[in-house]
Amino acid sequence: MSTVTQQAGPATPAGPARPLSGRRPLGDRTFQVITLAAGLLVLVILVLIAFSTTQQAAPWFKAEGWGIFGTTWNPATNQFGALAFIYGTAITGVIALIMAVPVSVAIALLLTEVVPYRWARPIVYVIDLLAVVPSVVWGLWGILVFAPWIAKIYAHIGSAVTGIPVLDSLFGPPTSGASFFTAGIILAFMITPIVTSLSREVIATVPAIDKEGAYALGATRLEMIQGAVWPHSKGGIVGAVLLGLGRAMGETIAVALVIGSSATITSHLFAPGDSMPAVIANQFGEASGVFRAALMGLGVLLFAFTIIVNVIARAAVGRSVEQGSA
Amino acid sequence: MQRVRTHSAVMAGAALTAMALSLAACSSSSSSSGGGSSSSSLSGTLNASGSTFQLTFQQTAIQSFKSVQPNMTINYGGGGSGKGRTDLASGVVQFAGSDSPIPSDETANFKGKTVLYFPVVIGPITMSYNLSGVTGLKLTAPVIADIFQAKIAKWNDPAITALNPGVKLPSTPIVIARRSDSSGTTANFSQFLVDSSPNWKLGTSSTISWPAASRGGNGNGGVAQIVKTTPGAIGYVDYSDAKASGLSYASVKNKAGNYVAPSISSATSAADNATVAPNLTFSSVWTPGAQSYPVTYQSWDLVYQKQSSTNTTKMLKAYIGYLLGAGQQLLPQLNYAPLPASLDQKATAQLSKIGS
Repeated sequence: MSTVTQQAGPATPAGPARPLSGRRPLGDRTFQVITLAAGLLVLVILVLIAFSTTQQAAPWFKAEGWGIFGTTWNPATNQFGALAFIYGTAITGVIALIMAVPVSVAIALLLTEVVPYRWARPIVYVIDLLAVVPSVVWGLWGILVFAPWIAKIYAHIGSAVTGIPVLDSLFGPPTSGASFFTAGIILAFMITPIVTSLSREVIATVPAIDKEGAYALGATRLEMIQGAVWPHSKGGIVGAVLLGLGRAMGETIAVALVIGSSATITSHLFAPGDSMPAVIANQFGEASGVFRAALMGLGVLLFAFTIIVNVIARAAVGRSVEQGSA
Repeated sequence: MQRVRTHSAVMAGAALTAMALSLAACSSSSSSSGGGSSSSSLSGTLNASGSTFQLTFQQTAIQSFKSVQPNMTINYGGGGSGKGRTDLASGVVQFAGSDSPIPSDETANFKGKTVLYFPVVIGPITMSYNLSGVTGLKLTAPVIADIFQAKIAKWNDPAITALNPGVKLPSTPIVIARRSDSSGTTANFSQFLVDSSPNWKLGTSSTISWPAASRGGNGNGGVAQIVKTTPGAIGYVDYSDAKASGLSYASVKNKAGNYVAPSISSATSAADNATVAPNLTFSSVWTPGAQSYPVTYQSWDLVYQKQSSTNTTKMLKAYIGYLLGAGQQLLPQLNYAPLPASLDQKATAQLSKIGS
């Protein structure tokens, strides 16, 4: 009993946060424990998910070895190579970024540097509304309305580029509206809000004194953006773009509905393909054995890819914000 | 949902208490209370998941079963046969709907416990097409195989016109409509092609490596939608969805050499001619019989023979008994086919094995 009081004695005044009172109140300590537990809980759940999906996917890794990156996915012959889906995920993400990033950065500059604050607010609301649309609604709109409409445009482009070396193999004759490109466009709509709002935050950290300085030297608005805003927020915008890519890579149901569901690797962007999350959603219901393990394994790979992309993105955003405040 | 759960938990608790009381009251004559399971009022919850092919039937049957056992709650969530079997193996559900027997690579999941198969529903898979002005199209299995492998590209291909004398077929390109999700419909359709056509090279599975130019739709409804909106399209669509979408469908040459249109009676005939194993597994695909539609499939409810709770045993007997009895009469109006009488009798006789 005496040892306990001896230990408790020196431990409590050592707490640097509350030097005036002898011990911290019980409520304070309980609060600390609860918040710490909440933080750890998320981490534990994440680790458990990673562990159990990897465990479930083990038969696939065992059966295929490096064959998991093979090109053939055919459940009828028990071949489960995931390359076509990795390719589809990458290509749709790239298409989405190419379309969404210029638009998002332009909107972010518009909101921070061009229009006055009272006009920026309603524009922000409208853009954030895009993020509120559920992905299944994007998917249904995509496959029922957008794909049949854009299929005609694909057909025009396809016939226009026939015979032209590189363009022909990219935009060759389409089969239907459901394709890599349609999925990429839908993804572009979906990631625009996140890329816009993050870019806006990064650009907002540019010190007013830099901008005033540029103007004082006689810079026009464009020159000010080039000289003061851009160098300052470059890293942060790259981070925002990568977070958008993370979102695009993980998008499931909208892509599953519009991508066409065909495990093919082709340079034809108007051809149907498939992506990692989409194939999991589509094929899980009736899968069994190694087939099921392979879909689990796709989930593990996707998890790993998105974590990598997100970590890089957070680092880029963090560094940029630190530079901004320094 | 939360409220229903709590409610059912209370009900289950009450049922247990009641059972304990009745057992205590008449411990000597406990057999009499177990015997009258069909007439007595049961209460509790049965959870099930699996085959989406059964989903419409289950939903309708659950509704009408309320008039038989008003205090029983049955939840049938779809999710696919694979999910149903996984859920049954992990003990999440009391029965699972499955369009195929347990595959060999899954048997280990069931840890040697005996699973009983109760066939509950039969259904034809139509070859639905979109050709304006063409009705009564006739197809043979090898021609269907070539169409779905993109070896036949146009509707006026000699292979098709030879089967349809007097029908004016256009030169429209054929658009293959198939499932984008994995499905028992795909598994049974491809099984039909494996059984019937040596020229079919794509094998059989719930997902198939289709020709790249094919178009994928989600669910039977998605494929029906593609066929309905695309001139020249052909797709394999469950009979009830083909009917619901008002599609035209082909007659298919069966094993006996007759062209048979998909219908409730031709599907039941196909199942009637199937070879039924002692555990009631069978395949209605490509069966003999003059009136059998060759692309017919079936779905089972899977139940563990050993049950830990007497109440669950009674509820399973009551509900599956209902599906095999009065429930069968619900099937034709939903455009599914009832079980042939002989099979229904075998399945009903097997009910007594549950919980033994």
